[in-house]
Amino acid sequence: MTGTTSESRLILPRYLREPPEKRTPVGFPNYRSTALRAPLRTPVDLPHRLTEVTGPVLGEDRITAADADLTLRNGGEAVGQRILVYGRVLDSDGRAVPDALVEVWQANAAGRYRHVVDTFPGPLDPHFDGLGRVVTDSLGRYEFMTIKPGAYPWGNHHNAWRPAHIHFSLFGRAFTQRLVTQMYFPGDPLFGQDPIYNSIPDEARDRTISRFSLERTQDNWALAFEWNIVLRGREQTPFETQDDGDVA
Amino acid sequence: MSVNPLEVPEVTEPYQPRSGQRHSGFLTEPFHLGTTPSATVGPYLAIGLTWPDGAWAAAEGTEGGIWLRGRVFDGAGEIVPDAMVETWQADPDGGFPSPEDPRGAASYPGFRGYARAQTVTGEYEIFTLKPGRVPDGEGGLQAPHIDVSVFARGILDRVVIRIYFADEAAANAEDVVLRGLSDEQRRTLVAEKTDDGYRFDVHLQGDDETVFFAV
Repeated sequence: MTGTTSESRLILPRYLREPPEKRTPVGFPNYRSTALRAPLRTPVDLPHRLTEVTGPVLGEDRITAADADLTLRNGGEAVGQRILVYGRVLDSDGRAVPDALVEVWQANAAGRYRHVVDTFPGPLDPHFDGLGRVVTDSLGRYEFMTIKPGAYPWGNHHNAWRPAHIHFSLFGRAFTQRLVTQMYFPGDPLFGQDPIYNSIPDEARDRTISRFSLERTQDNWALAFEWNIVLRGREQTPFETQDDGDVA
Repeated sequence: MSVNPLEVPEVTEPYQPRSGQRHSGFLTEPFHLGTTPSATVGPYLAIGLTWPDGAWAAAEGTEGGIWLRGRVFDGAGEIVPDAMVETWQADPDGGFPSPEDPRGAASYPGFRGYARAQTVTGEYEIFTLKPGRVPDGEGGLQAPHIDVSVFARGILDRVVIRIYFADEAAANAEDVVLRGLSDEQRRTLVAEKTDDGYRFDVHLQGDDETVFFAV
């Protein structure tokens, strides 16, 4: 194969994009930092060509088994409520996304990040660094053990507090599927005053909230929360094959 | 009492397949799960997204390697020191190390094709190989380009750029994406040659606002 001669027409998938009313806008006035950072001009549509429908293969070689347990770091146990966070990574057309790298980071139980910029006087925990990495299995499943992050103040407005959340970074198979997002916990009383949560359109907000799972809660050990993540899928033609559900 | 197989329960409505039902052989409308909405990486992305080998889209010492460097500016013209820049691109032969390439996954020695770098020092830097030309899928070739995502506190969804190269004027003139832009827009996507590679600054806002793409 060479890229120096033009090849005949390629059949490339097109990845679906949610309509604007179901996507997070790049800027949001109540989230003050967006004022000087979120681009103001309308983005130009980029058709999906080879660079957009391909993506890096990043898998098992980037992680170790210990990366899936954030509660055991630096030779001891992190303080806080142990939780198992698990779920599946899927395409919007329902297909599992296997062998995909999932990176997570979060505050500790006191709501403090292990980062020089975080000056919130919540205590640091010597046994919690807040970093986790896992790779989805053949069915797109992931899980990691962590402690429930605390809420924290952030100065966006008077008495502004971020609801407890875990940051997620995901690669699908294609550049178009790249996603960085945040997972929340059900029933958080801080949702109403948080502009980052409220920047997500109404219709799509629930998709960022995990579900408490009694089924996976571990007796005498840890609560469990389930969160399925849906990446952009491919546009479908109006027929499908009988064998594996994949569209032709 | 015997059962008459023709005595079917009364049907009041014609049969409708459930939308999205798999393996039914046909669909009334595409099956669709709502995609998970994006959120900002926030100010603490360095905890989760730092890789010791992040900058190396090509392995150190790879022949033909170039350094791609640049800064990210906000709307006040200030340098953004807490952004992350990610790149994805073809190898010098125009192949991708990705099984999603319908031509097959390419394997070019020392080439990963993907890099991520933060702007803590004021600029990002990425070691890579200059990409080759890639078919545009319509019988032509695209100009060499690098797809870029920029993430930062204060940006709720990644912003996407394509970097092109100043010393590829002929190829740039034929490129199907660049041809759809004005001269002024095109200029914001072109990296300038340096001693050891290229320089490309991102302007999130302002008179020089970079052309961002909706992918």
